Amino acid sequence: MQFYDQARWKDDEGEAYEPLLSEKKSREEPIEDAPLPDDLTRDSLELPDLSEPELARHYTRLSQMNYGVEQGPFPLGSCTMKYNPKFTEDVAALEAGAVHPDRREETVQGTLAMLAGLQDYLGRIGGMDAVTLQPPAGAAGEYTGLLIARAYHDHNDDDRSEVIIPDTAHGTNFASAALAGFDVVELPSGDDGRVDSEALNAAVGDDTAALMLTNPNTLGLFEREISEIADIVHEAGGLLYYDGANLNALLGRARPGDMGFDIMHYNVHKTFATPHGGGGPGAGPVGVVETLEPFLPDPHVREADGDYELYEPEHSIGKVHGFQGNWLVLVKAYAYIARLGDPGLADASAKAVLNANYLASRIDYEIPFEPFHHEFVASAGDQDAGDAAKRMLDYGVHPPTTKWPEIVAEALMTEPTEIENRETLDQLAAAFEAVAEEADETLAAAPHRTTARRIDQATAARSPRLSWQALDQE
Amino acid sequence: MSQDARGSPFAPHTPEETVAMLDAVGAESEEELFDIPEAVRFTEAFDIPQRDEQEVRRELRELLGRNDDLVEFLGRGHYDHYVPSLVDQLSLRSEFLTSYTQYQPEVAQGFLQALFEYQSMLVELTGLGIANCSMYDAATALGEAATLSQRVRSVDGSRVVVPALLAEGRRGVLENYASGTGVTVDSYPMDDGNADLDGVADALDDDVAMVYAESPTVRGTIEEHLAAIGDLAADHDALFCLGSDPVALSLLEEPAAVGADVVVGDASVLGLPTSYGMGLGMFACREEFLRQVPGRLVGASTDEDGRRAYTLTLQTREQHIRKERATSNICTNQAWVALRMAMHAAMLGPDGLVDLAESCVRRAAGLAARLDDVTGVRAPVHDRHHFREFVARTDQPAAAIAEDLESERYAVHVVDDHLLGVCVTETNEPAVDGFVAAIEEVA
Repeated sequence: MQFYDQARWKDDEGEAYEPLLSEKKSREEPIEDAPLPDDLTRDSLELPDLSEPELARHYTRLSQMNYGVEQGPFPLGSCTMKYNPKFTEDVAALEAGAVHPDRREETVQGTLAMLAGLQDYLGRIGGMDAVTLQPPAGAAGEYTGLLIARAYHDHNDDDRSEVIIPDTAHGTNFASAALAGFDVVELPSGDDGRVDSEALNAAVGDDTAALMLTNPNTLGLFEREISEIADIVHEAGGLLYYDGANLNALLGRARPGDMGFDIMHYNVHKTFATPHGGGGPGAGPVGVVETLEPFLPDPHVREADGDYELYEPEHSIGKVHGFQGNWLVLVKAYAYIARLGDPGLADASAKAVLNANYLASRIDYEIPFEPFHHEFVASAGDQDAGDAAKRMLDYGVHPPTTKWPEIVAEALMTEPTEIENRETLDQLAAAFEAVAEEADETLAAAPHRTTARRIDQATAARSPRLSWQALDQE
Repeated sequence: MSQDARGSPFAPHTPEETVAMLDAVGAESEEELFDIPEAVRFTEAFDIPQRDEQEVRRELRELLGRNDDLVEFLGRGHYDHYVPSLVDQLSLRSEFLTSYTQYQPEVAQGFLQALFEYQSMLVELTGLGIANCSMYDAATALGEAATLSQRVRSVDGSRVVVPALLAEGRRGVLENYASGTGVTVDSYPMDDGNADLDGVADALDDDVAMVYAESPTVRGTIEEHLAAIGDLAADHDALFCLGSDPVALSLLEEPAAVGADVVVGDASVLGLPTSYGMGLGMFACREEFLRQVPGRLVGASTDEDGRRAYTLTLQTREQHIRKERATSNICTNQAWVALRMAMHAAMLGPDGLVDLAESCVRRAAGLAARLDDVTGVRAPVHDRHHFREFVARTDQPAAAIAEDLESERYAVHVVDDHLLGVCVTETNEPAVDGFVAAIEEVA
C-alpha cells in the first residue's frame, strides 16, 4: 500500500500553515505628488510588500501544498483530468501569437488561420458544420448554445420557453438554461439510468425549445436510443443539445452530429488536455449544424480565397465574451489535437474506456449501472462517500467525484482517463479496497497526511471570512 | 512515447498490458467495450494527421509567424504590461497548473490560499467587503453584475443604464446576460469623454436596477463624476456598478468611497501579457450581497487540528448544488489567471503598483502632447485626465492613417472617421519616438 505525506509548514506557535502574504510584510504607500488632482486619487494603498526571493519561496511552498495531475492519479468523474503535455505551454507562449484582439484582420492572418484550423478540427471530431471558439468555458458554451436555440426559434416566430434536462445532468445545464431565460423541465431517468423515451414523449411539446443531453451520460452509459430521442425532440419542433463533458469516451467511435444533435459544446480542458489551472481557464467552443450557422456569435472566423477574415453571421446572437475567448487555451487545444491526430484521438478514448473498465473490475464497491464507458459510478454503500473520499487522500490518490449523480446512493464517480498505466490503476484499486474495508470512524477522522486535516465547512459558511481584512477584524 | 506508435503518446499502455487488461475485464478487444448502436457508429476518419511534438511546434511557429510583426498602440479593454518572469516560472509549476477546482480542500491549500490572497487584494483595491475568485472577463463580470442587481433590489427593475461610449464587446455581452432576465440596456450621454451628469439624471427612474460607469473609460479618460453618479443611482435604489482595473485602482479614488456597490473589470492587466483578448473578470461587491454573489468564494476556516485552513464556501449559491436557482451558471472560471494576477501584484508591491499607475497617467499625457504638436493631429480630443490611452483627432481620414502606420509597423485603433485611439504603457514606450516620427510622415 502506498501512502502520501503532503508538504506542510507550521510554526509551533502559529495558528496557520504558510502565513498569508499580508502577515509576512505589508506597507501602506501614501499617494503623494500624483500627476492627478487629489480629488481623483485615493489617499494610500496598503498591500503586501515582499522581495522576489521571499515571494518565490511563498509561492513554491503554496504549490507544494497543492495536488495536481503530475503528483498522482486524479480520477475525478466528469472532469477528465488528463496529463497536460508540456510542449503545449511552449506553443501558447509563442511571441508571434501575442497579438491584440482589435488588430485588423489583414495583420493577424496567422492567428485567424490557427482559429479556423481549430474550428475545422472540432467540426470534424464532433460531426458539426460550424464551430465558434468564443465561449470561455463549458458553461459559457451551454449558455451560447441555448442563446442560439432561442434566436433560432425567435427567428421562426416560434415561441418556445422550455428546456428539458435529465435529472442526471451537470448542474450547469440547469443554470445555463435559466440564464438564457428558459424554464427548466427536469426529466426523471428510467430504471436503466438512461433517458426514458416514454417520459420524454410526455415532456416534449409546443413549448420545447431544446433537450440537453450528455452522452455517454454521467453514469458513463451510452444513450442507446439516441436516434429515437432525436426523432422525438425534432418532431416536437425542438433542438437537441449535446453537453460535451463526456466526449472523451467517444473520439473516433461516434459523433454527436451523426446522432442527431444540432448544437454541442466541447470542453477543451477535458477532452483536449488543456490544463484545468485550479479551476480555469477552460474553453467551451460550440458546434452547430448548418441551419444554425447564421446564429453564431459575432465575430466568426472564415476562410475566403486563401485568406482569413472575421464576419458577423447574418442572425448572430451577438457577443458571449468581450473579445474572442480564451486564446491561450485554444492554442493548446490545437496543439494537442495536431499531436494526436486520428490514431491518437481514437486511442485516447479506447484507453480511457479500457482504464475505467479495468479499474472497476478491481474494486468491490457496487457499480449499479453498466455498461459504462470512460467513467463509472460506484456506490460506497453503507459508508459516507464524502468520508471515503477524504480517506483516499491519505493513500496518495485524488478521490472520485462524490455524492453525484444522486441516482446512485453515496456515489463515487470515477474517471481514471487514458493516462494511467496498469500499475497506477492497481494502486488506485488498492486505495478503494482499503477504504472499503475501513470503519466509519476511521473514514470520518481522515485525512491525516494532507497539508490540512479535515476542514470545518459549516463554520466557513456560517461566519464567512473571505479576505485577510476580514481575519484582521477579529 | 506510447509503445503503440499509432496511438496516443499520452496513454502509457504497452500492447502486452492492453491485452492483459482486456483479459481482466473479459473483453476480446477495445471496440467491444463501446456500447454504441451500429446506426450511430462513426466508421470514417477525421483526416487529422498525427504529428510529432517538433512538427507541431514548427507548424504553429510558422502559422503564427504569418502575423505581421507590429508594435501595438492598442488598448480599449485589453492592455499590455510587463509581466515579471517569476509569474511564468511559478504559475507554471504543475502543482498549480494541473490541479482542479478545490473540491478537496485538504489537499489544495496552496491554491486556495493564493486565491484568498487574490480576493484580499481586490478588497483592498476596491474598498468593498468581498471579491470572488474570478469571472471570465470584464464583459461577463458586467453581465453578472446586471443579474445580481435583479436579485438584490427590493423591487424589480427592467433597465440597466450604461455609458453611451462603451466597448462593443462589453455592451454586447451585457445585452445577452440582461435579456435572459428580461432586462433592457439603455445608455446615458457623454460630455467630453466623461458622463454627462444631466443626461445620467434624465436616464434614471425607479425602473432602473443598475447604473454602470467606467474609470478609465473606453476613451481613456478618468471619470470625474463617480460620486455624483453614485448618488444619482442611490436616489433610485439602483446599484452603482463601476468598471475599472487593478492598476487604475491603485491610484484612483477608492470605489467604496464614491458609492460603488459592485466593481467589475479586467484584472488580467496584471499577470497576463497580450493574449488576443483573454482576460480575468474582476468582481467585488458590498458585503450585504454575500449570498447573492456569482462565482466561487474562498473562505478561511479551521481544520481538525485547530489551524487556519481555506475552503470554497457558500457553495449553495452555485450551479452544482442550486441548479437553475443558482446565482450564476459559472463553473470553470479563470483561477490560474487570478493566481498570476496575485503574483504580479505581489511582485510590484504597493509602491510598484502606484508607480505603474502614475506612469499610465504620465505616459498618456506625454504622448498626447507630442502628437498634438504634429500638424494635422489634435490630442487628446477630450479635455480630461487620461490613463494609458487617449483619442486623437486627425485631419486626414483615420483609417487611411492607420493603414499607413501599419506599413511603418505600428498598430492603432480607428475609433471613428477622424478619430484614432492610442494606448501607451511601459511595453511599447521604447517605440514611441519612432511612432511619433511615423505619424508626422503620414498624418
